[in-house]
Amino acid sequence: MRIKAQVAMVMNLDKCIGCHTCSVTCKNTWTNRPGTEYMWYNNVETRPGPGYPKEWEDQKKFKGGWVLRNGKLTLRAGGPITKLANIFYNPNMAGLDSFYEPWTYDYDNLIHSPKRKHLPVGRPVSLITGEYLDKPEWGPNWDDDLAGGSEIVPLDPNVKKLQEHIAMEYEKTFMMYLPRICEHCLNPSCVASCPSGALYKREEDGIVLVDQEACRGWRFCMNGCPYHKVYYNWNTHKAEKCNFCYPRTEAGMATICSETCVGRIRYIGVVFYDADRVKAAASVEDPQDLYESQLSVFLDPTDPEVIKEARKAGINDSWIDAAQRSPIYKLAMKWKVALPLHPEYRTLPMVWYVPPLSPIMNHIEEEALQTDHYIPAVDQMRIPMEYLASLLTAGDTSVVRCVLLKMTAMRIHMRGKSLGGMDDLRHSKLLEEAGITVEEIEDMARLFAVAKYNERFVIPTGRREMDGEEALHYKQGACSIESITPSSAFMSHLFAKEE
Amino acid sequence: MSDKKNRLFETLKYLKRGEAINEGWTEESPRSRDWEGLYRGRWQHDKVVRSTHGVNCTGSCSWNVFVKDGIITWETQKTDYPTTGANFPEYEPRGCPRGASFSWYTYSPIRVKYPYIRGDLYEMWQQEMAAVQDPVMAWDNIVSDPQKRERYVKARGKGGFVRADWDTVCQIIAGATIHTIKKYGPDRVVGFSPIPAMSMVSYAAGTRFLSLIGGTILSFYDWYADLPPASPQVWGEQTDVPESGDWYNTKYFIIWGTNIPQTRSPDAHFMVEARYNGTKVVGVSPDYSEYEKFADIWLPARVGTDAALAMAMTHVILKEFYVDQPTPYFTDYVKKFTDLPFLVILDEQAGGFRSGRFLRASDLGSSVELAEWKTVLWDAATGVPEVPNGSQGFRWDQDSKWNLDLEKPDGTIIDPQLTFIHEADEVALVDFPYFAEEEGAMVKRGVPVKYLRDAAGELIKVATVYDLMMAHTGVSRNLPGDYPIDYDDMKPYTPAWQEAITGVKKSHCIQVAREFADNAARTGGKSMIAMGGGTNHWYHSDQIYRSILNLVLLTGSQGVNGGGWAHYVGQEKVRPLEGWQQVAFAGDWIKPPRLQNGTSFFYFATEQFRYETRVNEEQQTPWGGRFNKMHPADVNAMAVRLGWLPSFPQFSENSIDVAKQVRDKGFADDNKAAQEVARMLKEGEMDWSIEHPNDPRNFPRVFFNWRSNLLGDSGKGHEYFAKHLIGADNQVLTDPSHSWQPETVETDEVPPEGKTDLFVSMDFRMTSTGLFSDIVLPAATWYEKYDLSSTDMHPFVHPFNPAIEPPWQSKSDWDAFREIAKYFSELAEKHLPVCEDVVMTPLGHDSPDEIAQVYGKIRDWRSGESEAVPGISMPHFQFVERDYPNVYGKMITVGPNIKKGYGAKGVKIPGEKVYGQLEDRLGISKREGIGKGQPELYYDRQAIEAILLMSGATNGERAVEGWRSMEGKTGKQLAEIAEPREEDAFTLLDITAQPRQAISAPVWSGLEKDNRRYSPFTLNTEYGIPWRTLTGRQSFYLDHEMMLDFGEGLPLYLPPLAHVPFLKGEKEVPNNGKSLTIRYLTPHQKWGIHTMFTDTNQMSTLFRGWQVVWMNEKDGASIGIKDNDWIEVYNRNGVVAARAVLTYRIPQGIAYMYHAQDRTLGVPGTSITKQRGGTHNSVTRITLKPTHMIGGYSQLSYGFNYYGPTGNQRDTMTIIRPLKEVDWLED
Repeated sequence: MRIKAQVAMVMNLDKCIGCHTCSVTCKNTWTNRPGTEYMWYNNVETRPGPGYPKEWEDQKKFKGGWVLRNGKLTLRAGGPITKLANIFYNPNMAGLDSFYEPWTYDYDNLIHSPKRKHLPVGRPVSLITGEYLDKPEWGPNWDDDLAGGSEIVPLDPNVKKLQEHIAMEYEKTFMMYLPRICEHCLNPSCVASCPSGALYKREEDGIVLVDQEACRGWRFCMNGCPYHKVYYNWNTHKAEKCNFCYPRTEAGMATICSETCVGRIRYIGVVFYDADRVKAAASVEDPQDLYESQLSVFLDPTDPEVIKEARKAGINDSWIDAAQRSPIYKLAMKWKVALPLHPEYRTLPMVWYVPPLSPIMNHIEEEALQTDHYIPAVDQMRIPMEYLASLLTAGDTSVVRCVLLKMTAMRIHMRGKSLGGMDDLRHSKLLEEAGITVEEIEDMARLFAVAKYNERFVIPTGRREMDGEEALHYKQGACSIESITPSSAFMSHLFAKEE
Repeated sequence: MSDKKNRLFETLKYLKRGEAINEGWTEESPRSRDWEGLYRGRWQHDKVVRSTHGVNCTGSCSWNVFVKDGIITWETQKTDYPTTGANFPEYEPRGCPRGASFSWYTYSPIRVKYPYIRGDLYEMWQQEMAAVQDPVMAWDNIVSDPQKRERYVKARGKGGFVRADWDTVCQIIAGATIHTIKKYGPDRVVGFSPIPAMSMVSYAAGTRFLSLIGGTILSFYDWYADLPPASPQVWGEQTDVPESGDWYNTKYFIIWGTNIPQTRSPDAHFMVEARYNGTKVVGVSPDYSEYEKFADIWLPARVGTDAALAMAMTHVILKEFYVDQPTPYFTDYVKKFTDLPFLVILDEQAGGFRSGRFLRASDLGSSVELAEWKTVLWDAATGVPEVPNGSQGFRWDQDSKWNLDLEKPDGTIIDPQLTFIHEADEVALVDFPYFAEEEGAMVKRGVPVKYLRDAAGELIKVATVYDLMMAHTGVSRNLPGDYPIDYDDMKPYTPAWQEAITGVKKSHCIQVAREFADNAARTGGKSMIAMGGGTNHWYHSDQIYRSILNLVLLTGSQGVNGGGWAHYVGQEKVRPLEGWQQVAFAGDWIKPPRLQNGTSFFYFATEQFRYETRVNEEQQTPWGGRFNKMHPADVNAMAVRLGWLPSFPQFSENSIDVAKQVRDKGFADDNKAAQEVARMLKEGEMDWSIEHPNDPRNFPRVFFNWRSNLLGDSGKGHEYFAKHLIGADNQVLTDPSHSWQPETVETDEVPPEGKTDLFVSMDFRMTSTGLFSDIVLPAATWYEKYDLSSTDMHPFVHPFNPAIEPPWQSKSDWDAFREIAKYFSELAEKHLPVCEDVVMTPLGHDSPDEIAQVYGKIRDWRSGESEAVPGISMPHFQFVERDYPNVYGKMITVGPNIKKGYGAKGVKIPGEKVYGQLEDRLGISKREGIGKGQPELYYDRQAIEAILLMSGATNGERAVEGWRSMEGKTGKQLAEIAEPREEDAFTLLDITAQPRQAISAPVWSGLEKDNRRYSPFTLNTEYGIPWRTLTGRQSFYLDHEMMLDFGEGLPLYLPPLAHVPFLKGEKEVPNNGKSLTIRYLTPHQKWGIHTMFTDTNQMSTLFRGWQVVWMNEKDGASIGIKDNDWIEVYNRNGVVAARAVLTYRIPQGIAYMYHAQDRTLGVPGTSITKQRGGTHNSVTRITLKPTHMIGGYSQLSYGFNYYGPTGNQRDTMTIIRPLKEVDWLED
């Protein structure tokens, strides 16, 4: 057992209002500068829809993630030899048409237009060519709320798989939102794709970063990541990606996207996993077994054996305490209501999603509505179970159904608590089928509904002491001005000398 | 440690391999991570400031604004709201993507950084000033010369701004204002600024100035059609709704025409989270809108048919929960808190009966005080009529029984009887109107009645409102008449009847109605309906709302936490109302201000009344009588002369001249002088401006626009604004020749264009309003000034604080108007000495005026039906002093009127103590002038402190004083409501440190003590305080003569209007290709709040840029367009050039051009006009509903932003066709 700690996130898609606040606050903080125009560390997709970049889930095209070849885990895009062969031309890389041509407007004309015959206007201007555009043709959220309809929706690779189930008709409309950041995977294929070794997963919290000094701009990470969450900065010629706001999490603060999530869908916490079991977990044969095998690498932070091992691995008690209070552990591992996105990519992603409920179909007749008098049964909901399963369980609908049953049971139970009628639930088969207890339901309702700030975000401050004690003492006075403060002159500790 | 290291060595060092783990799959690398400081450096910042966004979104969210290196870099939400309780979701975080994009504006190329002026005007100004050296004369020389005037008026909207400085623009503004006051009168100086709640002090800056000079201040809430007229009709209250936290308390939530995730983003989570607490959510919407994602069932009612669905649900609830299985909770509730038990007189006419007015004590010969205003019910205990406390007469009599106690003077209890079905003297066949798309009609239905003798001994037949409602909604109870047999009968108002209209399955209608009521019965009223623009922005919004409100009233859900209506359109709630009103309208110095209803003003000022079309001719029933065939402009003119609505400009003559004329005749006494004004009007010695809108004397000459994008956003009928008010190039595609013209309003054959002499706007960004203005003043942004914000949605009052000082030459609104006032007063020394003005004000709500017009009968003095008496049958005329040279001195200090006490909504606060506290908190002015030695208001911070100190919501002493003032009238103990917080006195620093929950104050009807969530009318239900209505109860029935004339005494369904693209005989646009005629809607959008934020780079990138129109993909295919193709949208009102967004989420037959899309970004020319395509409002035109103009009658009395016609614009049809060539009109 080799315990490592991972800072992970759960997003409750059932709560997501599709507002994109997360995208904007993230962009303002991290990618609001030349070279990063098209970079959305965080983006929100309307589903069904092709997502951003367009059709990113189409791994036949982009060759992201891992595959099992002859029982061996290998990059779908190929190993070092293929890389070397393609190093000056990567045929699988997403191009501008998969992203979009960033644009601005000629705002200045509104104020400084000379007197002319017509009302001044700010024309769209390409941020790539600087030329006027007649109209933008695509964007990072072009298909918001099903814009584009049956012209665009079928581009969704998940829809392609189950076309016969989706009717693109007014009466049968459904939609959901999928906010996405870097998955900070346990088995990151971006890291493995980098010829320069510039990507790495941090020891103390599992955050995956691109070393801006080491990156050489080969861009194999861009499509090596099956989630397409590494971007290339044309200005610096280096890759950049979501950094899980480590400058904030190190200070015990939530990521920007989580802190500002007004739907309060996001949860952050610590989980422990056995690093020695990652490869095996990613290598199970049947993709539908990947969800369970991924779950199997996580360790119960209340288990005395685990605590002992954690301490041995240098994890201190406040991190152990955080892991015990972790909302992620509860939602993903304990109650199993949060699922990984596309486990079949075999990266063991660490952003987990609670699938959304949806209204019942209107063609369902009245009798069918009466199963419990108020709460519609999951099988009549608008979002096809197969669609959710395609996103979250490599197609296993039984797992998704079980989550939706748990959520439905929760709603029925909580309604009964305030209105009476609790017996109905106890006598129904729902609890049994959902595999959940009343006690768990009530804990879950608390975390879903009341969800106070310090319950949503349980983030211990970063273990900077790992930098070495003399370093911190020095940095206290010198940080940010190290360049005028030679550490060699630092004498408080006699051992604070260069090697 | 990263100093002075050999980079190459470093790199090589980390090439050595680390330990391999995980079956050799993973390597633990000892690499250097010093580079990580890079992103830490980005995150590091210097300062975080609490501020918010002053935009009409109801959010009022508290934000952190980050300053780094002296620059505003980004913002995130504050999360430090006071707790809602241990087991309740909190308010954190509040804020949305739009607000999060705001910092972009600070340094953006769209920012107005300096004062700008139209080049042509500037050139002439310099010439004239050089010649005459006097701003007033210089202005006169320009505007009095038609050629000079035309030169700059015609240049509006064509670019060509030049940079000016504050001195120059203030001189021009002051000169033009004084010129206008002298020549035409102060009411020709007009200001528009909306929604004070979104930044109270910035609003007050301009209105304080306008109030002091006697200018006209335009309302906005009604003009925006955000006002739900049903609210004053039903409750006598402008709008009072639950805070969003209260959604979590509901157990059954219908979301009906308000897109909560999209437009109430910060609040949506309470609804979402309530679901986990077992709340059922039902969505009613004509498209699969965002809130349907959270619904358990979606009821896809066709656009504009919501009232039909609601009436059928009413039918179900009445039948099942009142008749089949009476529900004690419901019947108890409606007896105590609604007008259902009150008696209505049946009038015999045209061979049948119609319900007439409410029976009054006076009808029974009672001699009690104000007997005409005391309504009557039947006491089941004694079997005789009784006059219970609480009706309008009790509010204004000398007694203290304005309460809801059902107790007779001898202490015995009154038991209101709901129905006479078991002891009717007769079952009368009563006529009820109904309206339909094709053909409306009348039905005759049996109603049980009682006989009574009136004072003269005549027999009168009376029925309860309850029995009338039963008959009207078609719940038969085995009575004779044209009742439906069952739910499947197609007669109004059954579930089957509605299915044909709305498309909602009858089984779903029945199920939801049943569940809604059952839930309320089981929870004591925790059934709630959220409603909004989708149901309110209609011509018949009042009837749509009243129909929906039936559901919450009949289920006892109103005045209950977790229950009732939840209307959110517009941020109308100024929490610290009492103090803010004093600052904003300069009540501390002078009263009354000229408060004009915006809708009527713009209807006339932009000549939209000349393009009127007759309302739904095909839908007329045989019902209508005297008024419902009148042109709205004629009704409006009548409403003004009867004192119902305000009207500024008021007379064609200068009101200052009129005042002088009257005084010169020797009328020293103000009452006598007012009577003389009345006489002059009656005898035609003087004109009403409203009847002569084309007289150049009645043009709005100087127009101030601040905190608003009137022309690019809220200006419904945008092209009429451009044409008639501004005089710029426009795209109006018709002329009045085929339109419906008024009879009593005098007009020119060709309506005038370019009415306004000077259009001034103040903004931090360039919008269409700026583009059409003569002067654009650079405003400070919301991150650069102090201010206050409050909302319906939460109980906190939020501050604005500057993160940086206003950059470039921008100024806060407060500083800008103070500067203008200074120049104004200096010039007034020479041009405008102290004088007197006569101000015309309508009969006001919450004053004895609301009992002016007895029985709601319309008696027009002009036709001799009544005497012309100011304040009774016509407006008030008040004489006030205008001390123009001291306007500045008064702007910057608190005037002595405060000492006499002040208040709002009938609540009175004594003033002496307040004044003393103001002296302490604001400091004493040491500036020379009239206000020296008085509390100072020089800075915005002082205005904030004054507002906080003078208002009950933010000062516990004021709250307690307010409650005490209510005790006398109601005979109830009320002070206890606020006493626990009597010592709370919020300051700007307090609320900057942390938001504070408002204190319960009597200007609001919801109780907040014990940290409960705000729910309106809990005061009424829990303390027995009457609603401010005729019966003192919640109203199902409105008995004003005009209401009855329109057939709208009871809630019912009226089909939406269908304004055709072109009228018969009008010249249409040649149309050879494919086109589509479609209903055009402008629901609130996702990527901006109105036009605000839409122009930021993030917001335009996050969708498709501007402008776009959503429509069904089959409709698109029918005219050969694909997604993102160019289209033009047009009708007689104007033309839009846009791109199509095709989808199947929206049904065929409707198009959404989401509100609000200004024409400033990415808009090419249209093929029809060869001009720049318009805004979303280029194809709309407002139509005024006459019943909204009723006044002088109980809750149907005028209040600023409270009652009056709404600027609805949903009832529009347009033509859509491909736009084949894109021309950017760069010439």
